[in-house]
Amino acid sequence: MPPAAPRSGEAIFSSVERVNAELFTLTYGAIVRQLLTDLEEVEEVNKQLDQMGYNIGIRLIDEFLAKSNVSRCADFKETAEMIAKIGFKMFLGVSASVVNWDADGSCCSIVLEDNPLVDFVELPDTCQGLFYCNILSGVIRGALEMVAMKTEVTWIRDMLRGDDAYELQVKLLKQIPEEYPYKDDE
Amino acid sequence: MAAIYSLYVINKSGGLIFYKDYGSKGRMDTNDSLRVASLWHSMHAISQQLSPTTGCTGIELLEADTFDLHCFQSLTGTKFFVVCEPGTQNMEDLLKAVYELYTDYVLKNPFYEMEMPIRCELFDINLTRAIQKDRVALLGR
Repeated sequence: MPPAAPRSGEAIFSSVERVNAELFTLTYGAIVRQLLTDLEEVEEVNKQLDQMGYNIGIRLIDEFLAKSNVSRCADFKETAEMIAKIGFKMFLGVSASVVNWDADGSCCSIVLEDNPLVDFVELPDTCQGLFYCNILSGVIRGALEMVAMKTEVTWIRDMLRGDDAYELQVKLLKQIPEEYPYKDDE
Repeated sequence: MAAIYSLYVINKSGGLIFYKDYGSKGRMDTNDSLRVASLWHSMHAISQQLSPTTGCTGIELLEADTFDLHCFQSLTGTKFFVVCEPGTQNMEDLLKAVYELYTDYVLKNPFYEMEMPIRCELFDINLTRAIQKDRVALLGR
C-alpha cells in the first residue's frame, strides 16, 4: 500500500477545530504579562517562554506528523521547508518562507509573513530586551529534538523591536543517529 | 468476522504505556503483556539491523498461523501495534487513527506525563469508538 500523500497546511488548518484568534492572542498576552510580573527580569521571561515552548513542541510534533502524513525528511533543508510551509500554516494559519541558507545547509532563517501573537502589542521602554514571541523558538527546538535533531533557534528580526519582519534563525547543531546500538556516551 | 485481539502502545525506550484486549481470545495478564511489549521492541530493533538494505524502519507485519501483528512506528519512536485474526484488513488505517487519537487525547492532556503509562479516559472512550467503527465497517463489506 503506498503511503498517504502529505496534506497541505491549508487543508489541515481548515479541518481542525479552532478558537477565536483574538482570544488566542489575548491569552498569550496575559501569559507574558503574568510572567513579567512573576519573574521581574526580562531575561528570565525569555528563558521561561522558551522552556514553555519546548514543552509544547515535544508534544506538538506528534500531532504534526499524525495529521500531515509527511514522511521522513531526506535532509535538514526539507525539514525547514516542512516547518515553514506546513507547520506554521497548520498551527498558526500563517505562511512562512525559508531564506538565508549557509554554505553547508545547516543554518537557515524562517521569515514569518504574519504573526498573530503580536496583533495588539507595543513593547514599553522597560521591556526592550523581551523576545515577546520566544515561545515559538522553543516550540521548534522541542519539536525537532523529538525527531533526533538538536537545534538552536534564535530571533534575528522582530517587528516589535523596530525591524521590518519576524525572522527566526534555526541552526542544526547535531543529528542524533537513530540506529541501534546507541553509543554509551549518549 | 475478523476480530482484533489486543492493542499495545510502547514508548521509545520500549516500555509498555498502553494495553487493551478485546474479546476473550488472546487475553493476557499484566506480566505477559509487558513481556510481549519489550520483546517486540527488541525484535523491531533487530529487524532493522538484519535488513540487507539501508533505511529499513523495522517489521510492519508479522503473520502467524493463528494471528497477525501489525505495527506502526511514528517518527518520534512511539510504536503502536495491534494483534488480530489472520487476514484482517485495514489495520494500517486503524493504527494511524489510533496515533491521531493519541496526539489529541493523550499528548494534549496537560496532566499526562510523557513516556508514562496512559491513563486518560477520553482516550479510552474515543479508542473504543474507533475500534467499533472499524468492526462495523468490516461487517458492512
